[in-house]
Amino acid sequence: MHAMTPLHIRDTADANPPVMRRRLGRAVTQWSVTKAEWIKLRSVRVNVIGIAAAAVALVLLGVLFSALAPTDMGPGGTATDSVSLAFGGTSLSQLIIGVLAALFVGSEYASGLIRTTFGAVARRTRVLRAKAIVFGGATALAMTVGSFGAFFAGSAVYSGDLASYSIGDPGVLRALLAAGFYGACVALIGIAVGFLARSTATAIGLLLGLLMLAPLLVDVVPGTVGETLTKILPSNAGQATMSITTPESLLSPLLAFAVLVAWVVGMLAIASVVLRRRDA
Amino acid sequence: MIEVTSLTKRYGETVAVDDLSFTVRPGIVTGFLGPNGAGKSTTMRMILGLDNPSQGRATVNGRLLAEHGAPLTELGALLEARAIHPQRSARNHLRALAATTAIPDRRVDEVLGIVGLDEVADRAAGAFSLGMGQRLGIASALLGDPETVMLDEPVNGLDPEGIRWIRNLLKELAAEGRTVFVSSHLMSEMALTAEHFIIIGRGRLIADVSAAELAALGPEPQVLVRTPHGDRLRQLLAADGVQVTGDGDRPDVFYVTGIDSDVIGQRLVEGGVELHELTPLQESLEGIFMGLTQDAVQYQSHDARPSTPERRAA
Repeated sequence: MHAMTPLHIRDTADANPPVMRRRLGRAVTQWSVTKAEWIKLRSVRVNVIGIAAAAVALVLLGVLFSALAPTDMGPGGTATDSVSLAFGGTSLSQLIIGVLAALFVGSEYASGLIRTTFGAVARRTRVLRAKAIVFGGATALAMTVGSFGAFFAGSAVYSGDLASYSIGDPGVLRALLAAGFYGACVALIGIAVGFLARSTATAIGLLLGLLMLAPLLVDVVPGTVGETLTKILPSNAGQATMSITTPESLLSPLLAFAVLVAWVVGMLAIASVVLRRRDA
Repeated sequence: MIEVTSLTKRYGETVAVDDLSFTVRPGIVTGFLGPNGAGKSTTMRMILGLDNPSQGRATVNGRLLAEHGAPLTELGALLEARAIHPQRSARNHLRALAATTAIPDRRVDEVLGIVGLDEVADRAAGAFSLGMGQRLGIASALLGDPETVMLDEPVNGLDPEGIRWIRNLLKELAAEGRTVFVSSHLMSEMALTAEHFIIIGRGRLIADVSAAELAALGPEPQVLVRTPHGDRLRQLLAADGVQVTGDGDRPDVFYVTGIDSDVIGQRLVEGGVELHELTPLQESLEGIFMGLTQDAVQYQSHDARPSTPERRAA
């Protein structure tokens, strides 16, 4: 390689003309970034349709499981009561939500839009929080509506022998609200994984691994370690929050809530740290 | 105003940007030139605060971009063409970006008009051509009415009409007193737009010069003289510093340095020498640029090695 000497030549004639500008806009705040992400969420049809579809799937599958359940047993023999039948669509809904959340972040990395966003919002964690707020919020709302729909429609068509509950029974309202809460948790984990993976495909792979594959893998871990690991996986903790009766294999609802919160906070914290340090 | 001081970016062993220092001043278009892989985009990403420098700093209008409350109103940048969600309309894309800085929606309509996308503003951006994508990217850069505009290879994918449009737009922005910093790997394009050039190669500064100064960096200007009387030519021009070189192929062609074409013409007429052609030759900015960056070209095909720099009639 040849040594290159920089040639520095300065011309002196530069009286800078004054910049004539209007003062547009205001300082960036968490609220303004949240509004921006809300526009982004609403303005792409797949987000709106997808989140609605997750709720609709919850209702339709709940009705289907409740109506078709044999009088003496639930699907696969795991159903213990009418509420668990009504929540038969949870695993499909969580997948839809997780994929949409990963896409909400991953698509910005794919097109390069994320760099435009970070150029406008220098504090990147504000973008992470804004995406979490709008996507988590929309999901919580849709999934809560979906869980109530699934419960009422499912109860209406169920005529089996398993314990049947009404909305006023202990634990039922908690379980219904938990379905919305769990949906939001999956959304937030999906957002965090999206920022960590910076690619939709990788993020979806990681999410499917966590939600679908991990329960199968930790199942083969023997002893109490295996049992504990199984219990604290997000999918199982989520199921625990939505159960009326708590089987041995699941955490108590309260503990399960705490575990889910820990998952969400932990994943978002890791994503925030990485986002601050890494080149965008 | 962009000020880059000792800016360095290392990726492991590789040094992408190496102790780079320069200032981009307001009121003129500054071209940022270098062969592909010279570190132009990495430098721009550090100016935007996207990549952290390994050393040094880059400030925009006096501060790190992240230290400004509303970065969009300080620096408008275009890094990648088509950095758009394919299913989102151009208008919603800009509205979302504007919302980060509480820029009113009427400014969105305004910039859509400036870049000529108002008629397709409500269509999904996925159907946009590369050129339309570039225009939308420029609309994003202008959204905050920023004091400084930074565009990475903005003419890529544009048709001749679009290229002329960008050229005029850049000059207008500079004439309004803004700082305009535009990267390109094509000197021929920048020569028509920029008044000042920052040339880098392998991450290092090669030249920080005005157009006139860049021209002066080329080889000494020559004058082509065509006459059947070479001996008389040499005789009439003989003086200190004047050199007359014959052309190997054509016996009646001579290259003269060290003397103006006006003076040559005058002497030949006075001496009664038959003259067929008298053409001042000047190295094109493109040729000078190629010469300056020749050592720094990373990926060079063997037959495309710039041999004798092309010259054009001045």
